[in-house]
Amino acid sequence: MGLTLHQIVGHLEAEVLAYPEGLDRVVTHAQGSDLMSDVLAFSHPNCLLITGLANHQVIRTAEVAGLLGVVVVRSKRPAEAVILLAQECEVPLLSTRLGMFDACGTLFTHGIRGMSDLARPSHK
Amino acid sequence: MTSPNHGPQDLLQLVQTFIIKGDDFAAAGSVSLAIKKLLKEVGFPPEALRRVAITAFEAEMNVVMYGGGGEVSLFLAPGTARLVIKDHGPGIPDLDLAMQEGWSTATAAMREMGFGAGMGLPNIRKNSSRFHVDTALGQGTTLTADIDI
Repeated sequence: MGLTLHQIVGHLEAEVLAYPEGLDRVVTHAQGSDLMSDVLAFSHPNCLLITGLANHQVIRTAEVAGLLGVVVVRSKRPAEAVILLAQECEVPLLSTRLGMFDACGTLFTHGIRGMSDLARPSHK
Repeated sequence: MTSPNHGPQDLLQLVQTFIIKGDDFAAAGSVSLAIKKLLKEVGFPPEALRRVAITAFEAEMNVVMYGGGGEVSLFLAPGTARLVIKDHGPGIPDLDLAMQEGWSTATAAMREMGFGAGMGLPNIRKNSSRFHVDTALGQGTTLTADIDI
């Protein structure tokens, strides 16, 4: 079940910007969001983030929430400092020319599912 | 809100205090990553570690965006971690309102960073075992959050 980030690079025709060492990670679920507070509130560890943002906070959100990697859509190129941060945090960072809807749809057709069917981790 | 003022946290010891710069958006979140790294090195369990990191990150973003800078102190006791976050801001005029999901005074620049959607304090509450806010107009805000293993 799921796709490796290697396979996702192929399906999204993506460029690997940082931490290629993590491309063997297996993704089963993904979340598309430009709102990092939503990612922190509703994401599940071990999911992939697809976003239109390309700043430091995206990488820090991925690291804090324990995400498997980040895909930046619409060919956005993060600043070099952001790419270096991703490498330092061991967060695979991909960039695709696809828009958010197309990137999410492409991954869905290849079996990746959204967060709706995952319960948020309970801690209370 | 439950006040974290009694229980096993009586054994809490200060580990480190970190300074948070105000209005430095590029650095915002770096203190939280340092806290996560520190706790990972001492073997804090992953699920609780994630809750500490999210709590610290949301609080740090609040300090950067609204608090004009401040500091966060990490305390540890067997079975629990405590974050005490103090800012130099104007205080929260209506705490009940600020606790509502979606209520925000964020600027467009804050929202462009992916924050400022009124989820900060609610996210902190969700990830904390105990949570308390002291705030007064003109005197800043101090947030205390305990995360039990």
